[in-house]
Amino acid sequence: MAQIQDSIREIAEKLLKEKKVDIILGYEKGTLPLRTTPCFVKNPDDVAKLVWNDCCDIPLSKYLIDMTQKAGVIAKGCDARSIVVCINEKQIDRDNVVIIGVPCQGIIDRKKIEAELNGKEILEAEVTDDRVLIKGKNFERTLQKKSYLSDSCVTCKHRNPPVSDIMVGEKVPEQDQKEEFAEIMKIEAKSPDERWAFFSKELEKCIRCYACRNVCPLCYCSECFVDKTMPLWFGKTNDVSDTMIYHIVRALHVAGRCVDCGACSRVCPMDINLRALTKKIEKIVKDRFNHEAGLSLEETPPLGTFKLEDTQEFIIE
Amino acid sequence: MTKSKILEKDRLKDFIDELSKENEVLAPIKTNNYFQFKELSQGEEISLDYQNTKQPPKEVFLPQTEVLFTYRTDEEEIKIKASPSQKEKRVILGIRPCDARALVLLDRFFSSGDYKDNLYLEKRENTAIIGLACNSPLSTCFCLPLGGSPFGGEGLDLLLKDINDKYLIETITNQGEKLIKKVKWLKDATKEDEEKAKTKKEDAENALKNALTVKGLKNKLDSMFEAPLWDQIHRKCVGCGVCSFLCPTCTCFDVLDEMTPSGGRRVRIWDTCQFPLFTKEASGFNPRPSSKERMRQRIMHKFNYFPKDFEVFSCVGCGRCIQACPVNLDIREVITTIMAN
Repeated sequence: MAQIQDSIREIAEKLLKEKKVDIILGYEKGTLPLRTTPCFVKNPDDVAKLVWNDCCDIPLSKYLIDMTQKAGVIAKGCDARSIVVCINEKQIDRDNVVIIGVPCQGIIDRKKIEAELNGKEILEAEVTDDRVLIKGKNFERTLQKKSYLSDSCVTCKHRNPPVSDIMVGEKVPEQDQKEEFAEIMKIEAKSPDERWAFFSKELEKCIRCYACRNVCPLCYCSECFVDKTMPLWFGKTNDVSDTMIYHIVRALHVAGRCVDCGACSRVCPMDINLRALTKKIEKIVKDRFNHEAGLSLEETPPLGTFKLEDTQEFIIE
Repeated sequence: MTKSKILEKDRLKDFIDELSKENEVLAPIKTNNYFQFKELSQGEEISLDYQNTKQPPKEVFLPQTEVLFTYRTDEEEIKIKASPSQKEKRVILGIRPCDARALVLLDRFFSSGDYKDNLYLEKRENTAIIGLACNSPLSTCFCLPLGGSPFGGEGLDLLLKDINDKYLIETITNQGEKLIKKVKWLKDATKEDEEKAKTKKEDAENALKNALTVKGLKNKLDSMFEAPLWDQIHRKCVGCGVCSFLCPTCTCFDVLDEMTPSGGRRVRIWDTCQFPLFTKEASGFNPRPSSKERMRQRIMHKFNYFPKDFEVFSCVGCGRCIQACPVNLDIREVITTIMAN
């Protein structure tokens, strides 16, 4: 980790000094334990602010949309994939971005840790290769890191950025993912009534803050469908009928594009399991089109392409 | 006022039962992984062993979605039906002092000027508030520098102070006194109990003394509308509404008409200055086109405009926005940057 951090700083300094980029998008230390915050470095003297650790969780590609300066961006596997999707969708100019790829072994989902502390506050945290040491008022605990990784990291198949301009550190082995859709299959096995109850229970928690949408690297519409008012496309209340429509339509909008970075679920203040929707759609796209988003700059979006061999069993005569 | 009373912790349920005789009782209940204020069902046991609720109790008085009226149309006429008003007496138990203080700010907003917001005020009038003092404020708390206190009584009728195996109950208002008089079996607090509570208060306040410096902030902001620092401060903001929708003092709302040919309803829903649509005009022009202007509005409103109208910051330092911001944009850092400018 420390070596990768040093390399990131060196690369950032070099890119800025040689004027290959105008700005570096990375992470710096956050104000709370187990947190980092996005960091924009323009001056090569400031690269020491950049950090790399298991809490670098926010996808930074969002900041590349509409950016006129040439940017170097730190990207884990999922982040690089979302940048690729944005490039393919003509939202980011390939010539305007230098992807600094970092192999990733998963990031920590602090909500999973907090859930076990029964309201006690984490005041200090230290993360080692396999452990998380946390301290608070009158308590101290050592946790196995692998049990507290983000759900999307547990099922990740592309820990190494598939596309990058500069790679930092050694590639990490990819995970065997026979169980990638296990959670989704559990939901699929439910009866329609049980599924309805499951999704209703999740989505009635929604407070329409749109943190999921706004942090999503692929939700870049300049005007979102929920913000259309003339005429009003969808109800804007937090009644479950309205929140459900919002989340279903958002999930459909990222079909074939979602890279399962898991940011939507992680940032949700109300702990809604949003991946239950997006991962299901990812599964459909995989089954139907054998497509995984963001793996190559040459790929075409499955829902934006017609192939004669596309399945069409849904067409009823 | 009545002398402070003592409630043994193992009699909390009996205390709630007494309150339930004449009131609906709302208290922090753990749902999912967090606490929310919910109505207690008959005989439901609660524990006041929690830091704070995920959302502030504002929701009880200003629901995120509130139907103002419904209507039905037929060939002859339009029938309008106003929403039923809140008549039942309620008690909210376990509000933290920061959140209770926020209700006082909301009261000022909803009752000042020519227009009184009856929907809000009616609910407030029919609700007694019992607070729970904070022995151990969180690292994200900063109520003290903003004029509150972890043991503050503003906005409360009664205040519970946790002194180890019992609660000392301080009576703050006449409404509180009426409530407490009905619970006849409560013993009077001893001098020793009072001392214990005093020490807890001092410890809690000491922990918050250096939480933030805001001296002169309001005046400083007077000349900062065009300051270049706003270009930097908003940079990482992704423009969601977490900060506002978890904020105990944000009051902005939108009013919508949901119509079908045979009827419909008018609802008010929470809104936030962080959303692009908030200031978008019918012409399509938006005076706050980017997150820079929107973020500036949030800070200016809380620390400059509101104090000008009501002589108090519209932030109580509960720290919810700090904990929940997706990108760790910490309002304390924003204030510190402004103060250093």
